[in-house]
Amino acid sequence: MHVLEIDGVSFSYGSTLALDSISFSVDKGDLLGIIGPNGAGKTTLFSCMLGLLGGYRGSIRIFGEDIKKNRKVFQKIGYIPQKKNIDRNFPATIEEIVSLGITSSRKDKSYKERILSALETVGLSSLQDRRIGELSGGQQQRVLIAKAIVNDPELLILDEPATGIDLETQNKFYALLRKLNGENKITMIWSSHDLDAVNKLATGVACINRSMFFHGQTHEFFENPDLLKAYSESSMQAHMHMHDHH
Amino acid sequence: MVLEVLEFGFMQRALMAGIAVAITSSVIGLFLVLRRNSLFGDAMSHIAFGGIAIGLMANIYPLWTGLGLSILGALGITKLRQSTKIPADATVAILLSSGLAIGIMLVSVSGGFTLDLFSFLFGSILLVSVNDTLAILALTGIILTIVILLYKKLVYITFDEEQAQVSGLDISRLNYLFVVLASVAAVVSMRLVGILLVSALIVIPNVTALLLGRGFKKTMLISVSVSIFSVVAGTIVSYAFNLAPAGSIVLISAATFVTALAIRFSRQKEKEAEIKA
Repeated sequence: MHVLEIDGVSFSYGSTLALDSISFSVDKGDLLGIIGPNGAGKTTLFSCMLGLLGGYRGSIRIFGEDIKKNRKVFQKIGYIPQKKNIDRNFPATIEEIVSLGITSSRKDKSYKERILSALETVGLSSLQDRRIGELSGGQQQRVLIAKAIVNDPELLILDEPATGIDLETQNKFYALLRKLNGENKITMIWSSHDLDAVNKLATGVACINRSMFFHGQTHEFFENPDLLKAYSESSMQAHMHMHDHH
Repeated sequence: MVLEVLEFGFMQRALMAGIAVAITSSVIGLFLVLRRNSLFGDAMSHIAFGGIAIGLMANIYPLWTGLGLSILGALGITKLRQSTKIPADATVAILLSSGLAIGIMLVSVSGGFTLDLFSFLFGSILLVSVNDTLAILALTGIILTIVILLYKKLVYITFDEEQAQVSGLDISRLNYLFVVLASVAAVVSMRLVGILLVSALIVIPNVTALLLGRGFKKTMLISVSVSIFSVVAGTIVSYAFNLAPAGSIVLISAATFVTALAIRFSRQKEKEAEIKA
């Protein structure tokens, strides 16, 4: 059984086709990097996978369950969104935010231990009593990772998690992803613009540009000059298209 | 003097109802303030004004008719937000003015119950009846029970709706439930401080608590404490000096906010001085 199986997924915003018959699967232990130029449909694909957009054609199965039929399956996944501006005045402490990721309602002895262990994994255990709004952007993203892993997920979905974070924090972030995938054996689907990082970390690559452009092993993509050239041309076109619109 | 005042039945009812309202409005208010929906209470109480006018005209206990219309209004606002692209503040403005317009129209048609209606406009904590007190206590009990049961889910949707939805929560149902709770809290507060000052009771203790609190629960407790202090002190002061109770409660609440602001500033200065040293 695949951890994730996407079969012929298409999605349109009105008459504009955003995803055209996308199919791929992810197996246990994979770290799949999803890349594609701006406007390629990555965010739409993630919204479909996460159950935020329901009007797609085709099917999405997580651990064999159709996500439209069984929403409980989302309790087995952790989600880390793009960096957001968290309200500076939001009063919850880091510990309280991480606890939101625990789905069981029982507050037993291990409840606090699980929170502390997740915070230790992301290197923030000394800051557990600080308000989330007081932290830097990179630290806030690490809190969101701790919230995502505190429930011991079997699958982590990361939507451009390092965008808007300084380079040094990005590197720490990538080291953490490597640790979670390598040591903790968490399967990951990770969208990113950072091709270098995807090349170094991902076990597989899915490159989409509305339809599937490439899906295979990481080295197959990065060692193929024709594919890289075609990717950079499509990125350039998307970039120019965006500027035309502005 | 304070103890003597407490011997009066009307004062006992006022304080009981007042403390219940203080707790409800500050607990629900923290979620509203953090969801950038501070004026929701204002909208609900204005809509309730129409319902109260209907109740007074039809000889039905006005708190129930006010509650009914404001719950319908709250569900309407939520539906409009979810299904149209009309901005949130515009939907609030439409329903707020419509509710008020119903009240004004009914007043002009009947003309017989303006005095009762005025007690809802400006609040009448010292005039709360046994029925009012029992209704307020029962509604407070229901609201607090639901908030305690759904506390974590409510914090989650307040922090980030998208992440809460991905975790498997039914956001739409929770949002509908929350607006119903918020409209009940607003209508209950209205009996105390009046339609025009409901927002103050919902917003000021929470903004004060946000200046001082660290942690969601702690901030909520500070807000509840500020709110209870304002209501009790405001009610007693207003009786002692023959002042309008609603005004006294809100002004004492505002004074605690200014004090908290001063404490925050002095803490910041101390920190800056420590860093420089």
